[in-house]
Amino acid sequence: MNAIRVIAARELNAYFATPLAYVFLVIYLILIGTFTFYLGGFYERGQADLIPFFNFHPWLYLFLVPAISMRLWSEERKSGSIELLMTLPITMGEAVLGKFLAAWCFVGVALALTFPIWLTVNYLGDPDNGVILTAYVGSFLMAGAFLAIGACISAANRNQVVAFIITVAVCFAFLLSGVELVLDFFVAWAPQWLIDSVAGLSFLTHFNALSNGVLDLRDILYFLLVIAAWLYANAVVLDMKKAG
Amino acid sequence: MIKANALTKRYGPLTAVDNVSFSVQPGEVLGFLGPNGAGKSTTMRMFSGFVEPTSGDAEICGYSIKRHPPDAKRCLGYLPEGAPSYGEMTPRAFLEFIARVRGMSGVERRRRTEQVVEQLHIDNVFDQSIDTLSKGFKRRVGIAQAILHDPPVLIMDEPTDGLDPNQKHEVRELIRSMSRDKIIVISTHILEEVEAVCNRSIIIASGRIVVDETPESLINRSRFHNAVTIRFARTAELADIRDAIGRLDDIDHVEIDEKFRSLTAFPTENAMVLTAISDLAAAQDWPVEQLHMESGRLDEVFRSITAPEVPA
Repeated sequence: MNAIRVIAARELNAYFATPLAYVFLVIYLILIGTFTFYLGGFYERGQADLIPFFNFHPWLYLFLVPAISMRLWSEERKSGSIELLMTLPITMGEAVLGKFLAAWCFVGVALALTFPIWLTVNYLGDPDNGVILTAYVGSFLMAGAFLAIGACISAANRNQVVAFIITVAVCFAFLLSGVELVLDFFVAWAPQWLIDSVAGLSFLTHFNALSNGVLDLRDILYFLLVIAAWLYANAVVLDMKKAG
Repeated sequence: MIKANALTKRYGPLTAVDNVSFSVQPGEVLGFLGPNGAGKSTTMRMFSGFVEPTSGDAEICGYSIKRHPPDAKRCLGYLPEGAPSYGEMTPRAFLEFIARVRGMSGVERRRRTEQVVEQLHIDNVFDQSIDTLSKGFKRRVGIAQAILHDPPVLIMDEPTDGLDPNQKHEVRELIRSMSRDKIIVISTHILEEVEAVCNRSIIIASGRIVVDETPESLINRSRFHNAVTIRFARTAELADIRDAIGRLDDIDHVEIDEKFRSLTAFPTENAMVLTAISDLAAAQDWPVEQLHMESGRLDEVFRSITAPEVPA
C-alpha cells in the first residue's frame, strides 16, 4: 500500500515537472469550454443542465487521454529506469496500480478544474446537481477506462508515438462498439450473442446512461471491470517482457 | 550469501547465459569479467529480478528471486547498467523516492541520505535535475541509490564506467571500504579494476564461466608472470645479449623488442631469474637503463582465455 502511494506520488510529480501537465490542462479546458459553448449551444438551449458539456467528454478523452497514458511505461522502457523500478522491492501489481492511479488523479485534477462551468449553470438556473455529480462520476470512470487501455499499450511499446496511435485506435473501437459503424462489421457473419456483447462493450452507451443522471451500479461496475481487466493485461505484458 | 543455481537464459535460439552456478560469501568482492555480450549483464539482471531465468534460480540472503522477489530485493542494492534514473528529478527527490519505496523511516532516511551524499560527493548537485548532470555525477547518484538502504548484498553493473580517474579511484575506495562485511559483485571490462578491488574474479565467455579464481592467480597465468625485462640506453648488441641470457639456467626463451631497445626473458615454470640476470648485466657491463620483473599482464590473460583463436 505504501509502495503504491509512493510510486503514484512520484509519477504525479513527474507530470508537473515537465510542461506536459500544464499544456494538457490548458488545452483540455479551452477545448471543453469551446465545445460546450459553441458546438453544444450551452446558452441557446436555454436549459439548466450540463448535457452539452458532458456530451463532448468521450471525444476529448479519445485524443487527450492517450497523450497522458502513452508515456507511463514507454518512457521508463526507453530511459532504462524500468530496470530500476522493477528491481525495487515492490510487486508488479503495486507498480502497475501506482502508475495508473497517478495518471487517473491527474485526469481527475483536469476534470475538477472544469468547476466554473458548474458554477455558471448554477448561477444561471437551477440545475439538478445530483445529475451533474453522477455525470462527473461517469466521466471520471470513463477516463480511467481509457487510461487503463493506454497504460497497457504503453507497456507493450517502447515508442510513445506508436503507443499513442494504437491507444487512440483501440479506444475508438471501444467507444463506438455500440454504433452501426462498428456493428455492421459483425452483422453479416457473427451470431446475435456476439453482436450483443460487442454492443454491450460500448463506452458510449454506459457513459450516456451515467451522464443523463441514471446512477446504475451496472454501468459503474462495467467501467471498473474494464479498468481491472486492462491493468491485469498491463501486468501480464510486463511479465512477458521480463521473461523475454 | 548469494547463490546462482544453474542459471540459464535463452532468447529464442540464442543462449545468453548457459548453466551458470556460483556462490559468494560475505567479504568477497567478485569481479565479473567478460567481453561484451558474454552474458555479464544478463546474469546480474537475473539476480536483480529484472530478467526471469529460462531455468535455474538465483538466491539472495536465502530468498529465491523467483519465489520471494520482494524479500530478495530488499537484501539487494542494485546498480543497473548505465545507472538509469528519473531525469526530471533532483538527486534529493530521487533518493527520497527510493528511501520511501524501500519503506525507510524518516530518521533513518535522513541519516542514510546524509551519509551517501557525503560518501559520493554529490552535495553540490543535490538540487539540480539529474538530466543536467554530467555522466560521472549521474553514475554516482546511481550508486547512492544502490547503497542507500545499506544492503548486505551489492550488485553493480559497470560502476565506474564514464568516471574520470579521480572519480574511479573514489568509487574503488568506497567499494573497498564497504567490502568487509558485504557481498559485492561488480562487472567491468577494466581489468586493472579487478586487480584493485576484487578478491575473486569470474570470467564469463559465451554465457559460460570459464575461470573462477583470485585475480592474483589469474595474473599468474600470464606468460609474463615473473618474466624479466631489460631496457638498454643505446643500441646495444641485443642479439649477443639475448644469447648470453639464454645460456643462463631456468631461462625458457628471450624475446627482443627493437622499438624499445628492450628484451624480455621468460623463465621456465615459476623460476626466479631476476638476480641471475642483474648479476650477469653487472658482470658484462651492459648499458642497462631499466631492469624490472614483470608481474603478469591481465589483459593478455583475458584475451587468451576469451578469444583463444586470436594469438596473444
